[in-house]
Amino acid sequence: MTSEVADPAEAVAISPAADPGFLQRHGGTIEYILIPGAALVGALGVFGVFVALFGKNPLDLYFYMYQGAFGTWFSWQNTLTRAAPLILTALCTALPAQLGMVIIGGEGALLIGALASTSIALTMQWAPPLAVQLAMAAAGMVAGGLWIMLSGGLRQYRGVNETISSLLLVYIALAILNHLVEGLMRDPTSLNKPSTREIGAANMLGSIPGTDVHWGLVFGIIAAVASYILIYHTVFGFAARVAGGNIRAAKIVGLGVGKLIMTVCFLAGASAGLAGMVEVAAVQGRTNANLAAGYGFTGILVAFLARQNPLAVIPVAILLGGISASGGLLQRRLGLPDASVQVLQGIIFVFVLASDALYGRIGFLKGKS
Amino acid sequence: MIIGEIPLPSGALGVDAIAMTMRFGEFVALDNVELKVRPGSFHALLGENGAGKSTLVKCIMGYYHPTEGDVLVGGREQAIANPKDAHALGLGMVYQHFTLVPAMTVAENLVLARDDVPAVVNWAKEKQELEAFLARMPFKVPLNSRVSDISAGERQKCEILKQLYLKRRFLILDEPTSVLTPGEADEVLGMLRAMVVNDGLTILMITHKFREVMAFADEVTILRRGKLAGHGNVADLTPDSMARMMIGAEELTLQPARVGEVGDVRLALSKINALDDAGAIAVHDVSLAVRGGEIVGIAGVSGNGQRQLVEVLAGQREAESGEIRVIGDVYHASREEMRRHKMSLLPEEPLKNACVGGMSVADNIAFREFDREPFASGGWWLNRAAFRTDAEKKIGLYKIKTRTPDTPISALSGGNVQRAVLARELGGEVEVLIAANPCFGLDFAAVAQIHAEIMAARNRGAAVLLVSEDLDELLELSDRLLVMFHGQLVYEARASEADLTEIGRHMAGH
Repeated sequence: MTSEVADPAEAVAISPAADPGFLQRHGGTIEYILIPGAALVGALGVFGVFVALFGKNPLDLYFYMYQGAFGTWFSWQNTLTRAAPLILTALCTALPAQLGMVIIGGEGALLIGALASTSIALTMQWAPPLAVQLAMAAAGMVAGGLWIMLSGGLRQYRGVNETISSLLLVYIALAILNHLVEGLMRDPTSLNKPSTREIGAANMLGSIPGTDVHWGLVFGIIAAVASYILIYHTVFGFAARVAGGNIRAAKIVGLGVGKLIMTVCFLAGASAGLAGMVEVAAVQGRTNANLAAGYGFTGILVAFLARQNPLAVIPVAILLGGISASGGLLQRRLGLPDASVQVLQGIIFVFVLASDALYGRIGFLKGKS
Repeated sequence: MIIGEIPLPSGALGVDAIAMTMRFGEFVALDNVELKVRPGSFHALLGENGAGKSTLVKCIMGYYHPTEGDVLVGGREQAIANPKDAHALGLGMVYQHFTLVPAMTVAENLVLARDDVPAVVNWAKEKQELEAFLARMPFKVPLNSRVSDISAGERQKCEILKQLYLKRRFLILDEPTSVLTPGEADEVLGMLRAMVVNDGLTILMITHKFREVMAFADEVTILRRGKLAGHGNVADLTPDSMARMMIGAEELTLQPARVGEVGDVRLALSKINALDDAGAIAVHDVSLAVRGGEIVGIAGVSGNGQRQLVEVLAGQREAESGEIRVIGDVYHASREEMRRHKMSLLPEEPLKNACVGGMSVADNIAFREFDREPFASGGWWLNRAAFRTDAEKKIGLYKIKTRTPDTPISALSGGNVQRAVLARELGGEVEVLIAANPCFGLDFAAVAQIHAEIMAARNRGAAVLLVSEDLDELLELSDRLLVMFHGQLVYEARASEADLTEIGRHMAGH
């Protein structure tokens, strides 16, 4: 009975090559903007109801959110500073997604990357700052990369679900960090909040000239653009897309799927590890539990909203960075609890996941077929 | 029911479909088709894939609602809104794929199928009734066996018995013999034929096998591209005249003659063992050798380990033990080995096994070569123009019907997807070719083209391993024929000397 299913497709394939029309050509792209956009608006609507329950005016809420995120140059800088690690951690989910893997352990790679970069900085106090920074970046990337490679290897060679293993590795990373920060690497002068020693003011990454935004943003944008080029313009990316699209097809043309998985996982982890390095070298100056601020988890949300497209990750990260930047203003002006922006993030995530079912089902976007 | 309406006539039931038109969007699947099945006749519905056969019977059974047209049952117009209405009128359908619950017994499956299964089943009484029912039937099936333990032939009989048990008087059979050996097919169809003659049953059978039409059907209706291409008494027609009506004026690729010498062993399997997805042994100690310039065919009823064997050769499944050698070298299905030995693979269901549906036709055609010049500049940067040029050339050469090279391959019909794979796999030099059901579900033109390409590869000296469930295809193409049963090779013969009954016996495991 299934034989006839191909019929409409046959008709599509052999119909005369008339101008397929704007929607036919761009329907897919429009869909990728429209559906996540609608999910975002829907989530904001539900969040408005949520704050209305606290007796606040939702319109005030939206106004202050805009003010806090993009209203002034100050809030823009705050937003961009928060977006930087989000771009990098989002790549930790978006890159493996090209291979059909769902990695949600960017937070773990970020923490391990931070720990590794702090360690190397503390042992290189004699070296010039640039060398220290380069070594920190390399150490963070390698450590983060190996961390996510663990998940990839477990999946490829032991059949362990990579989503579960990468998530559980977050808790292991956190435990390792706490263990070292409270023990071996503890700065004896950090009394209330156990921390490592400082990497030194000279070794800190500065700001982009003329702004208060640190260089991490530039790292993030470079990483996102490089990822895009890697996936869509190189032989490696092509092979990854074949394997991600249909693993059986990849095997029948002899592509080494294991190698692809390990490499992509390394690059993904390296990206999140770099986020950890940036947080240490540009913000915290040392490693402590403050690093587990949830950038790794928000990165998952960014990647899904961006439909796993490395370029789309940049604007989405700025948007989500803005939402988190507006948290302070909401607290001050509306007296909302600090965690309310996290409630919003949760609602957005639910809407984005639910909106996945809409792709290919919106009638007017299909054009004529 | 209208008051005063006469009940349906008892005895044989005829069904007429008048001026049936079915549109899916702008696509016309059926265009003013007429089908008249006389009461008490065995009617065959012939047509290529995509001709509209399934759409037509789905309209009759109420799965689809035709855009225009009427269905007459027993000479009276009936509004069939859903399959339940069709069942109430005595219409039943047997699907190509089994609809039995494997873990339940035959008796349980039969009772389960009823609309009025009581909350508590009195099995003693039901069994008695079932046995009385079976006594009247020409088929015998073991009532107390689990469906998973009985053969494909017996399962197909169960499917038909189920319809008769439900008192259906008009049976639609959708390619009922595709999972049977030739012997089983003849037995089942012979029994059905006897019931048509003796018991007032009417049968409409969808098929593409002329042999079965000639041997069992009274009348035939032929569809082509959604239109009625012809109908008549089988006695007045020949397979040739029916084939012409099915294909129309389309030119088929001519198959080259079998020429050339048999060369050295190119592909050698020794004691290959492999498991299926459930962990059971699917391929058991399979050893075989294929020489250059010969086609070795592997026959067998679906599910006897052929799929797993091909997956091992394609690198989609790890062998548990055994060794594969290609031109003397041990082979692990790596890209480098496939390239060095010029291996090509034509798997079954190409969209599922060899393509990425979301990627373009051009990309899919380039899967074997994308990492080399001219596709990859400097070995790493994709050269889009080269993809396009190569795809345009091959789309013309292999007659792939696609709107553009950038169309996602999943938008193409099955035949055109297989043509794209053919272009990729046979576009260059070939020394070893492994093909598995390469023509499954394809139209005549595609089948002829694929057969011609396979024969041409053999004539150029390639070693060809052809695994197929279609015996006619194997007999037509193979030089040597092997039969696979329960994961083992149980029979070997030169195709020119092969005896159909002997092959059928081995396929059934006797």
